[in-house]
Amino acid sequence: MDLALQELGEYIAAALPEEIVETEIGFGELTVLAQRGAAATVLTFLRDDVNCQFQQLLDVCGVDYPERELRFDVVYNLLSLTHNRRIRVKVRTDEETPVPSVTGVFSSANWWERETWDLMGILFSDHPDLRRIMTDYGFEGHPLRKEFPTTGYVEVRYDDELKRVVYEPVKLVQEYRTFDFLSPWEGVQALLPGDEKAAKEDG
Amino acid sequence: MGMNPEIQTSVAAPLPPGSEQDALLKRVTGELTDKGFVIAKLDDLVNWIRTGSLWPMTFGLACCAVEMMHAYVSRYDLDRFGVVPRPSPRQSDVIIVAGTLTNKMAPAFRKVYDQMAEPRYVISMGSCANGGGYYHYSYSVVRGCNRVVPVDIYIPGCPPTAEALIYGILQLQKKIRRTGTLWR
Repeated sequence: MDLALQELGEYIAAALPEEIVETEIGFGELTVLAQRGAAATVLTFLRDDVNCQFQQLLDVCGVDYPERELRFDVVYNLLSLTHNRRIRVKVRTDEETPVPSVTGVFSSANWWERETWDLMGILFSDHPDLRRIMTDYGFEGHPLRKEFPTTGYVEVRYDDELKRVVYEPVKLVQEYRTFDFLSPWEGVQALLPGDEKAAKEDG
Repeated sequence: MGMNPEIQTSVAAPLPPGSEQDALLKRVTGELTDKGFVIAKLDDLVNWIRTGSLWPMTFGLACCAVEMMHAYVSRYDLDRFGVVPRPSPRQSDVIIVAGTLTNKMAPAFRKVYDQMAEPRYVISMGSCANGGGYYHYSYSVVRGCNRVVPVDIYIPGCPPTAEALIYGILQLQKKIRRTGTLWR
């Protein structure tokens, strides 16, 4: 499986030497890092090339890495029913630089790009209708960014005098609880208790 | 004239099925065939009508709505209690807030509540509607639907079972009987 993926990666990189930055295999899937401006070109190639035929776009989403200079990844997940294979295409960007929209290649990208803009604040150029899709009307900020507090900035309540729902700064009755991830009772542990013994026996 | 002291009974404590109830019904039927009318207390009659046809506004917001559907259909059959879901707030007496109320939904929910005719009641179903529940600390969820409308009955659970919802509706009926006002 990995060999076939590697071959496919080399094939794609050879076909688009200008557009592809690197390819790697992670979690049993091929990941292709593309130049920011070339997302549409890469996706068109992956859709139309006879050896790829990734004809379905399953998802467009964003990932936030606050420590990086180009902090956002835009991820396109594609599926080829013909070859029973999936692929992940990534491009990198920051808060200001827009990523060219791929709605011309996959029309289903329209709402996903709106969602990515809404929740992460990633801009898409040439998008037919780039506005918020999920958050409240008049919402400020992009809630899935790492610096956005979980509780947000405003909360709603009905005002009896104004006879309408009003927005107010968040006032929590009980503080938000931050979990201690090192505690055996609260945190999620990657290792199951007892696993370290099995590793010792092997080594 | 038509007043028969034997027939007078309190609606607040309904008679359980049995010989006593049969006897009462027989007396009422006899009275009707004999005189053609019976006399009852107006507020008792009004309460009987209100509790017997609580039409809820269909307001399923999340997974609680599935449990609400279970309560409506054949196994639990809320129709037995005169509870028939309505698609319009203008035909409804009660609104069952079944699920997570988000900030975006809050003004629409209030509008629906405002369109309901008095007397109107609110049942808050499930943790999310009661106090935000799992999403209490979320940026987009109202921390309890009582921030937007006055609530009569809170049903705990995540989601509450269909039985719990029926129990809540019976509690609301009890509350209506106890309050017993013509106007509010």
